[in-house]
Amino acid sequence: MIATALRIAETTVVENNPVLNISIFIVFVGITMVIVIRASRNNKTAADFYAGGRSFTGSQNGTAIAGDYLSAASFLGIVGAIAVNGYDGFLYSIGFLVAWLVALLLVAELMRNTGKFTMADVLSFRLKQGPVRMAAAITTLAVCFFYLLAQMAGAGGLVSLLLGINDKLGQSLVVVVVGVVMIMYVLFGGMKGTTWVQIIKAILLIGGAAVMTIWVLALNGFNLSTLLQNAADASDKGMAVLAPGLQYGSNPLDFISLALALVLGTAGLPHVLMRFYTVPTAKEARRSVVWAIWLIGTFYLFTLVLGYGAGFMVGPEIIANSPGGVNSAAPLLALQLGGPLLLGFISAVAFATILAVVAGLTITAAASFAHDIYANVIKKGAADSSSEVKVARRTVVVIGVLAIVGGVGVQGQNIAFLVALAFAVAASANLPTILFSLFWKKFTTRGAVWSMYGGLGSAIILIALSPVVSGDVTSMLGDGVDFAIFPLKNPGIISIPLGFFLGWLGTVTSTTQEDPAVAAEMEVRSLTGHGAEKAVEH
Amino acid sequence: MLEETVMGKNAHEIPTTRPLDYQEVEKDPTFRELKKRHRSFVFPLAIAFLAWYIAYVFLAAYAHEFMARPVFGAINMGIVLGLGQFVTTFAITTWYVSYANRKLDPLAAKMRAKLEAEESAR
Repeated sequence: MIATALRIAETTVVENNPVLNISIFIVFVGITMVIVIRASRNNKTAADFYAGGRSFTGSQNGTAIAGDYLSAASFLGIVGAIAVNGYDGFLYSIGFLVAWLVALLLVAELMRNTGKFTMADVLSFRLKQGPVRMAAAITTLAVCFFYLLAQMAGAGGLVSLLLGINDKLGQSLVVVVVGVVMIMYVLFGGMKGTTWVQIIKAILLIGGAAVMTIWVLALNGFNLSTLLQNAADASDKGMAVLAPGLQYGSNPLDFISLALALVLGTAGLPHVLMRFYTVPTAKEARRSVVWAIWLIGTFYLFTLVLGYGAGFMVGPEIIANSPGGVNSAAPLLALQLGGPLLLGFISAVAFATILAVVAGLTITAAASFAHDIYANVIKKGAADSSSEVKVARRTVVVIGVLAIVGGVGVQGQNIAFLVALAFAVAASANLPTILFSLFWKKFTTRGAVWSMYGGLGSAIILIALSPVVSGDVTSMLGDGVDFAIFPLKNPGIISIPLGFFLGWLGTVTSTTQEDPAVAAEMEVRSLTGHGAEKAVEH
Repeated sequence: MLEETVMGKNAHEIPTTRPLDYQEVEKDPTFRELKKRHRSFVFPLAIAFLAWYIAYVFLAAYAHEFMARPVFGAINMGIVLGLGQFVTTFAITTWYVSYANRKLDPLAAKMRAKLEAEESAR
C-alpha cells in the first residue's frame, strides 16, 4: 500500500509544472510591484510611511488584516493537519478565529484612539517613556523575529514542494529572491504598498480557497456529512479522523496551553495592532475588525472542507509521503481538482502569502525600531519625522537581510514551533500590559516592565527547556542532547498567567505613583477619540 | 494644569488652545455614561466568549468520546460544537457592532464636540 502511495506521489511531482508555477508567481510580483509604486508616490511623512497616511477604509484595512493574518502556515498547515490528523487540525482554525473577539471588544478601537504608529505609543502613554517603550519595542521585535523566521523557513520548504527544486543552493536562492522582493515592497511602498500587497493576496487566497471549497462540496453532493463520511472511509484511522484526539490525544495539557496562546495572542501581535493605525477613526478600526472576522472566519470554514476534501480525494498516506509532507495537502488537492493550472495558481498564492506576511512583519519591526528605540529612547523624542523615516528605511534593509540569512540558515530545521512561540510571547508579554494600561488606572511602569520582560523571558526559557529544542527525535537538536525538563511544547499555560501576575505584582509593589492627570487623559481619549479624530463635521 | 477648574480661571492669559483638565472631564455625566455603557457591555461578553471557548477546548482535550458522538449522519458533536464557535463569534461581532453604533458612538461624538468646543473656547 505504501509502495502504491509512493508511486502516486512521484507521478504527482512529475505532473507538477515548475515553469508554470514560477510564471504565475512572477506575474503576481510584477502586478503588485506596479501597484505598490503607483500607490506610494507621495510617501513623505512618518504617518505616510508607517500608517499609509491613515487613508484606508475599514473594508480595505479589514481585507489587509486578513491578508496579514492568514499566513502560509494557516493555509497549507491547517488544511494538511485536517487531511492527515483530522479534527485536531480544525482546533487551530477555531482558536485563530475566536481570538479576534478579544481584538474587537477590548483592544482595537481604544488602541486606535490612543496611539500613533506602534504598540509602544499606547503602552507608554501614561507610564515612563524610556523603560516602557524599550520593553515594548523588544517584545515587538521578538515576536516579529520568530514569526519572520518561521515564514522564511516555510518559503524554503515550499520551494521543494512546488517548484521541484530540491538542492540546498536552489532553495536558498529562492529564499533570497523572496527576501529581496519583500524589501523592495516595503522600501518603496511603506505601509501603503504593504497594505495593497496584503489586500491583493487576501482576495486571491480567499477566492482560490472558495473555488476549491465549492468544487469539493459539489463532488460530495453539497452535503457535509457525505464529505466527512468519505474522508473517514479514505483514512486508515476511520471515523477517528472526525473526532479530536489524533494529534493531541497523548498530551491534552499541551493542547490547552496552545489554545490559550492562540486565543489571547492575536490581540497582542504587533503587526496586527499596527494595522489599526492605518484607518482615520475608531469606527473604521471597528469596521476593519468586523471585515477581518468575516473574511478570516469564512476562510477557516473553507479549510475544514479543503482538509477533509484532501483526505478524501488525495488520501492521507499520499499526502504524508509526498515531498513537503502535510503542507502538500492543499496543493495536491488543487492538482487533483483543476490540474496543473489550478496547482500553479495555488502555488503562486502560497508564495504571495509568505511575501505579504513578511512585508507586514518587516514594516512593523522597522517602525518599532525607528519610532520607539531611535526617535523616542535614543533621541528622547527630538528626532524629526524625516530622519525617523530614514532610520526606518535602513532598518527595513537590515531586517530583510537578517530574514534572508536566518531563512537560509534554518533550512531543513524543524522550526514549526516558532509560530506558536510568537503567539505565546504576544499573549504573555504584550496582552497583559495592553489590557492593564487600557482598563486599570492604578497600573504602573514597574508593572508594565515586569509583565513584558517576565512574559517574554518565561516563554522563551520554557521553550528552550521543552521537547521542541531537545530530548526528542523531532527536536531541533535531536534526541542526543536532553535538557527538556519542561514537558509541554507550548509555554502559554505558564507564561500567560505569569505575565498577568507580574503586571499586578509590579503595580501593587510600586513605590511611585503615575500621574493621575495623564491616566485620566488616556481614558478620555481612548473612549471618545478626542485628539485622534475630527469631532464633528463642520 | 492640575489645579485649574474647567473654565475661565486664567482667562486673562488668552492662549489659543490649552490642555484640558481631563480629571474634570471624567466627572462629566455624559462621559461617565459612555464609560459605563462600554464596560458593562464588553466585559461580560468577553468573559462569556472566553468561558465558552475554554469549555470547548477542555471537551476537545479530554472528552473524546463525547465529541465523537454522532448527531446526524457523519456529523458528530465535535463538528457541531466547533461550528458553534464560528456561529457565536459571528453573532457576538454583529451584536457588538449594532450596540456600539446605537449606544456608544452618539455619546462619543457628543463628548468630542464638547471637548473641542471647550478647548477652542479657552
